[in-house]
Amino acid sequence: MSGPARAVGSRLLQTIPVIVGVVVISFILTRALPGDPAVYFAGAMADAESIEQVRRELGLDKPLMTQFVVYVGDLLRGDFGNAVSTGQPVLTDLATRLPASLELTICALVLSCLVAIPLGVLAAVRQGSWVDHLCRVIVTAGVSLPTFFTGILLVYVFYYLLGWAPAPLGRLDFIYLDPPRVTGFHLIDSVIARDAETFWATARQLILPTITLALFTLAPIARMTRAAMLQALSSDYIRTARAAGLSRRKVIFGYGLRNALLPVVTTLGMVFSFVLGAIVLVEKVFAWPGIGSYAVEALIASDYAAVQGFVLTMALLFVVLNLVIDLSYTLIDPRVGFGAK
Amino acid sequence: MLSIKDLAVSFTTRKGEVEAVRGISFDLAKGETLGIVGESGSGKSVTSYALMRILDAGGRIKAGSAEYDGQDLAVAAERDMLNIRGREISMIFQNPRAALNPIRKVGHQLEDVLRMHAQAVASDAKRKAIEALEAVRIRDAQARYEAYPFELSGGMCQRVVFAIALACNPRLLIADEPTTGLDITTQKAVMDLVRDLTRDRNMSSVLITHDLGLAAEYCDRLAVMKDGLIVETGPSAEIFSAPQHAYTRKLVDATPRPGAQLRNLLPAEQRTPLTPHTVGEKPLFEVKDLFKTYAGKAGPVHAVKGISFSVFEGQSVGLVGESGCGKSTTSSMLVRLLDPTSGQIVFDGSDIASITADEFVRDPRRSDVQMVFQDATDSLNPRDTARRAISDPILRMSKLRGSALVARVEELASLCGLPTNLLDRFPHQLSGGQKARVGIARAIALDPKFLILDEPTAALDVSIQAVVLNLLADLRTRLGMTYLFVSHDLHVVRLLCDYVIVMQAGEIVEQGPAHKVMDTPQHPYTRTLLSAAPKPPNIESSSLVARVERAAAE
Amino acid sequence: MTDITQISERKQNSAFSHLTYVLRENPVTLLSFAMFGLFIFQAFFGAMLVPFDPLATNSANALQPPNATHWFGTDNLGRDVFSRVVVATRLDLTISVLAVAISFVIGSVLGAVAGYWGGWIDGVLNRLLDTIMAFPLFVLAMGIVAALGNTVENIIYATALINIPFYARLVRAEVNIRREAGFALAARLSGNSHIRTLAFHIFPNALPPMMVQISLNMGWAILNAAGLSFIGLGVRPPTPEWGIMVAEGANFIISGHWWVAVFPGLWLMLAVFTFNLMGDGLRDIVDPRRRT
Repeated sequence: MSGPARAVGSRLLQTIPVIVGVVVISFILTRALPGDPAVYFAGAMADAESIEQVRRELGLDKPLMTQFVVYVGDLLRGDFGNAVSTGQPVLTDLATRLPASLELTICALVLSCLVAIPLGVLAAVRQGSWVDHLCRVIVTAGVSLPTFFTGILLVYVFYYLLGWAPAPLGRLDFIYLDPPRVTGFHLIDSVIARDAETFWATARQLILPTITLALFTLAPIARMTRAAMLQALSSDYIRTARAAGLSRRKVIFGYGLRNALLPVVTTLGMVFSFVLGAIVLVEKVFAWPGIGSYAVEALIASDYAAVQGFVLTMALLFVVLNLVIDLSYTLIDPRVGFGAK
Repeated sequence: MLSIKDLAVSFTTRKGEVEAVRGISFDLAKGETLGIVGESGSGKSVTSYALMRILDAGGRIKAGSAEYDGQDLAVAAERDMLNIRGREISMIFQNPRAALNPIRKVGHQLEDVLRMHAQAVASDAKRKAIEALEAVRIRDAQARYEAYPFELSGGMCQRVVFAIALACNPRLLIADEPTTGLDITTQKAVMDLVRDLTRDRNMSSVLITHDLGLAAEYCDRLAVMKDGLIVETGPSAEIFSAPQHAYTRKLVDATPRPGAQLRNLLPAEQRTPLTPHTVGEKPLFEVKDLFKTYAGKAGPVHAVKGISFSVFEGQSVGLVGESGCGKSTTSSMLVRLLDPTSGQIVFDGSDIASITADEFVRDPRRSDVQMVFQDATDSLNPRDTARRAISDPILRMSKLRGSALVARVEELASLCGLPTNLLDRFPHQLSGGQKARVGIARAIALDPKFLILDEPTAALDVSIQAVVLNLLADLRTRLGMTYLFVSHDLHVVRLLCDYVIVMQAGEIVEQGPAHKVMDTPQHPYTRTLLSAAPKPPNIESSSLVARVERAAAE
Repeated sequence: MTDITQISERKQNSAFSHLTYVLRENPVTLLSFAMFGLFIFQAFFGAMLVPFDPLATNSANALQPPNATHWFGTDNLGRDVFSRVVVATRLDLTISVLAVAISFVIGSVLGAVAGYWGGWIDGVLNRLLDTIMAFPLFVLAMGIVAALGNTVENIIYATALINIPFYARLVRAEVNIRREAGFALAARLSGNSHIRTLAFHIFPNALPPMMVQISLNMGWAILNAAGLSFIGLGVRPPTPEWGIMVAEGANFIISGHWWVAVFPGLWLMLAVFTFNLMGDGLRDIVDPRRRT
């Protein structure tokens, strides 16, 4: 087997213990902690008898190991339990709401990469110039901004004061109908339905939450790009390339940026972690009907199965994202999978 | 061909402007090889970057001109420089592996240069790149074209860098410390290649190096730099035989070479007579059939394959070999930092290999076996002052406290020639030589019987190396210590040692009295090592000739 | 005796002069330390000095914009926003300081042991950290607080747990690169046991980068705690806490009562900003290489 193929294979294998770990932690959070899960699962209105009934139904009177086996079995069948608030299976609820969250996340990440990477590159290439100082200010301010607070400020300025943005009440103003569901992504679905009006309405709703999330992720990406680019540009191979007479363009983009992107790609993993956390807050601010606000509602209603389903879904989503990042890294960096210790 | 006049280069730093090169002038004729020699910080590399106009951020050419082919490189437009770099003047660097883009195939890096200078188009780029690789005598160039730098050895990487430099047939090559960090045999191969190819193509070249011996062997003319100035220029042989400037004299003296004595490395006025040391009859250290095997990814790695030797009381033994030969593993085992896989280390009559490294820390004999480390900077804790570094072994292993401790530390410092007012400084506030002295003072703090010197001068400039080697020789007689000197450089070893052991691939290939091994080497590997070392003109004979000639001319 | 006092005096002097040097050298550091002092002052004395009881409601005086009496205005229950914002400092700082302290200690020990001895300990630790890091951290904190129960202590534990991997990884890397360093080997030759070498020679060298990490983490910890209370976890109304105050104020933003949410949010931001700025200064203070 060739080096890269082996690296991909071994990376795939590495996700297995991580997924096992995620399931174990999620199980511990559900069952093994102080407090009586039967009380949670029975819901706020339950009396002693119905709690007992729930306990038996859930198998909570059995030993922990048996419970774990049952738990894993349920997960494998896609059974995350039923949500008290909606009465639906948790999995169905999450599946309905996930596209809303993903659409927002992807838009925000694309926006922040489009801004942050050129900003970081410029700051590194013109070290000490105004771009560099701007970059530093944005980076320091960016990590200090609480997402939910930025969101509220943006709403105040662009909705209340200026009236440019629509009311922060979900994915689509109530005068529009949701486009026919194909992918669940409103932007794509409205294009499929050839409904320009809905497309623009969706886009308008997306702008503020996207900017809020993007501002938050801008800082780590820009900082890493700048640092990686500075490091790459001070490397010996850049000097060799310059001494060989390669053009400035080729040196900065062909040699510098390509190498600098490697640590940036690695940082994206951390950024995803932040984004998947921040999305909960942003969805609450903008009443966005994604899985984050679902989890918040479930928390308030003490709807335990829903919260657990949410945590597990987020973790699995994150594991997959990290896998994608690492695999793309393997494809970019020829050194992965060889003797590097 | 190249004419540099009053070139000055300065760097803007936080502490203001620093002049790295302060007005130097030299000429280079067609086909000539010029060596620029100097110790660290002399401005020799900066000069070459200034010529190529690839100074780091903050650096600029402050004054002077560099005339190349009727064009002043100091003020030429960036667009013109792009055509000169790589096409007219090209460069090879130290640390060749880092000098190549780690994530681009070496063949593609070559193509970038060829296409930049319109030496190739998409269709024939690959063929020409392979030809360029073949030109620097890389075997199996077709396969190497596809390789990434991390898949190649250091010497091979340097050949690729060289191929990139030669790809567009430039007329001038600047080699900036091209062999620093390479093994001595690889160094010779690379330098011979550079000399042959530049000669074949009738190229001029500039060799920038700290190694006067290397420069003298490969260059027609030398320029000696110090603190941003050229202190002396002249034909190589003449610089070596009759240095005019005091600094050149000092450098020439300090360069280890066949036939020189330890004291001769020092400037003439410091050559106090060396008290001879006596070698006892009794073996202090007996190594018997020592093995070390590591568990590697691709099966066990045999680092040391059953070596045996003895070190007598008062003797200085040199352990010589190239990187990866197992000499460092051996010294780690002897100093009991590493447990051998099997074998005995008999010290003072008892086997200390049977005590594990972890237990030996509490053994009373711990203080008898000590070590001076390779890199003085790395071996001092950046958070500890010199005083604390020297006190540490005393605090751990003796009862000395309070004013007695202060007195002892100061005694050790003066013994090692470290001014006591430097004792409260942190390592980053000390020079390389001072750090080496702190390391030595710490190692001898508990009056060890046996001291292992692990390339103690490898990271030092030659003039400081000369001082440190002499200090070690003085301490040896004064404190009656026995040395094991680990080094890659046979000439340095010979200066200090009575007995030499040559290692290759984990085995001892030759051992014997130093003069015998050096003068009549038996094993082919020893001969390779000896012949690979740069051979500067012999100072004693040629300087006499030069002096006679000069007297006759007058 | 006089020698020793002289030496210790010299040491104190040099440490003090180093501190003043670092502060003078970098105005940003000076500013951040001054702001940090201000927050500490608020945390200790805020409750005694504020003009109004942060919990006292007065419906007649609800939603007043900032004015001479109520500098930051009043909220929907007529409580003084300024008093609440200042009093909240203690709770927010306590949560973040305790959380960071716990994760610093646990993370350092785990990381140092794994980095120095390697082997199976290292393997186990790495798997453990990978598993924690496999969760989006805020989401994990949500899950933990939801499972353990909705209290301030659990917010601290949850925040500490999600920060442990950062310290453990950092210390592990810093220790690992120095495990075979010359000075560590020299310490062994000087008769230091493994534990002494690790604790007194290798670990202190990891402190400068740790300081940067601590200052960043203090910021994250505050954001994290405020975020959790923003979605209704941990701190409960009417306790003054920045996150919860922003959450309460969010309802009035759409109607233009900006001050209810903006001032606590601003304070939160300033606190995080202060911690982030302090990082470089803290590093310079513990790094002897910055001394000239």
